[in-house]
Amino acid sequence: MKNLLRDPKAYQELAEQKKPRPNLAKNLFTAFVVGGAICTLGQFIQNIYIKYFNFAPDRAGDPTTATMIFIGGLLTATGVFDKIARHAGAGTAVPVTGFANSIVSAALEFKREGFVLGVGSKMFALAGSVIVFGVVTAFVVGLISALL
Amino acid sequence: MAMKVGSQTFTFPSRPVLTGWATVSGPKEGQGPAGAYFDKIFPDLTMQQKSFEKAEQLMMITAVEIALEKGGVAKDAVDVFVAGDLLNQIIISGYSALKVGAPYLGIYGACSSFCEGLFLGGLLVDGGGAQYVVAATSSHNCTAERQFRYPTEYGAQLPPWAQHTVTGAAAVVVAARGSGPVLELATVGKVMDLGIKDPYNMGAAMAPAAADTIFTHLADTGRQPGDYDLIVTGDLGRVGRELLVELALRQGHDLSANYRDCGEIIYSREQTENAGASGCACSALVTLGLLFNQNYRRILVVATGALHSPTSCQQGDSIPAIAHAVSIEFPKGGQ
Amino acid sequence: MGSYLTAFLVGGLICLIGQLLFDLTSWTPAHVLVLLVVAGGILGGLGLYEPLIKFAGAGATIPISSFGNALVKGAMAEAARSGPIGILTGIFELTSAGITASIIFGFFFALLFDPKG
Repeated sequence: MKNLLRDPKAYQELAEQKKPRPNLAKNLFTAFVVGGAICTLGQFIQNIYIKYFNFAPDRAGDPTTATMIFIGGLLTATGVFDKIARHAGAGTAVPVTGFANSIVSAALEFKREGFVLGVGSKMFALAGSVIVFGVVTAFVVGLISALL
Repeated sequence: MAMKVGSQTFTFPSRPVLTGWATVSGPKEGQGPAGAYFDKIFPDLTMQQKSFEKAEQLMMITAVEIALEKGGVAKDAVDVFVAGDLLNQIIISGYSALKVGAPYLGIYGACSSFCEGLFLGGLLVDGGGAQYVVAATSSHNCTAERQFRYPTEYGAQLPPWAQHTVTGAAAVVVAARGSGPVLELATVGKVMDLGIKDPYNMGAAMAPAAADTIFTHLADTGRQPGDYDLIVTGDLGRVGRELLVELALRQGHDLSANYRDCGEIIYSREQTENAGASGCACSALVTLGLLFNQNYRRILVVATGALHSPTSCQQGDSIPAIAHAVSIEFPKGGQ
Repeated sequence: MGSYLTAFLVGGLICLIGQLLFDLTSWTPAHVLVLLVVAGGILGGLGLYEPLIKFAGAGATIPISSFGNALVKGAMAEAARSGPIGILTGIFELTSAGITASIIFGFFFALLFDPKG
């Protein structure tokens, strides 16, 4: 039999075979249901802002987003978010709650290194790339549309 | 005087003795199968300290103090303190060494540190002029997560081949004379890298190193796997363990009868998420806690470590790994 | 604006796409979220994201892809009002609430809470 220790490619193939398969069906189902539920909650909150706080329908997105960020942040700070996220995966990561979680978890964690060097500098360690790439995309798309 | 045998193995003819040892852990490990044997179990991960790093230091210092007490050795009798951990600049070991007050050698073998420390202890004691060497190691789930992966409250979903870093610390007194388990010989491993890049699949990254060290050990000593009551690897986890068995089979070694992995032993079935445990403390807690209390005659402990960093992974490099093997004999079938 | 049913279905679907990428590729969550934001931005630029919002309401505005769309919308709207410089001045117009809220809440939660591990 081949000595795999001298054959990286063959070893990598064997390693790939031995990897347990994630339970795709369960993950997809949970992500769909939790993600859908979070968005439904967002819709509910938005309707409240429209009905009871007199926000115009197209401006109610702002307080809704801020509220969802607060909720995601609070669940993160109280240690609950990661327990849900373990099962929900993209269901909690993709909605703006995931964005809030990445910022608040970083802020909490790096508090040990102080507020300026820890919280301040590292708050966007995980969320930063979302902002950077979002802005770059908007710049390029905006430029293209301005030139057309 | 220690002697070299074969290509990578060293024997300790004066037979250094492990006269005292201690195991300290966090709550999850304390509730596992080895927990009953641990010297101290902390009820939560913060251990009432200001940071997770300070909690890990507290564990290492506690382990050293208990080991010295059990071995009947005073702090100022320690000739060398050898310690390693997972954190940048091995700060846990450095700060613990400050408190221990003995001459200090810091080592980095990632999760292979336990055996690296034992090997150096044996070398210093057998012909090196030392009477007492303390070897210690530690790991903490939160300090490891925050350095290698994500902030601890981040909602990450781990793949089923990922491993959980053990929260714990252990210390051993290696002495020139006394009674106790004997450090018989050790094989120093070489770095192996077969191109695994996924930092969540450390089992696959480390299995080749474990294989290479075990094969070299058997060739150097002329022994068979059956010459040991038990061969354990430090933290290959389920995936790495299966890969090692396969690699061994292809080399003509049958490990099926007496080989297990500490990463699969330390947590019970109900406690295990994904592929098992990892961390410097994993091999140490299982060996000193569980295995030292089993009436074995001779065991081979092969601690395995992944030598990557978050930077090397982000730069697209694969994960090099290392494994060191230490043979421990128990006079009259164990303590 | 959407109904609870369309919010649930579309929101769930976008998350499902995210989960497929998590499980079937070796990309990190950061990579997948960046992809969704960029996709939202491109769809927004093509005028395809707004109809989705009309149909699904929060099902389209809560997922992170909406962030990409909002950045693009802000840039394009301001460019239409004040010329090309609007691309720079308008980008954060519609996302200001979200980013500001994240910073404020991140800071105050860090003041009041500790990570539990």
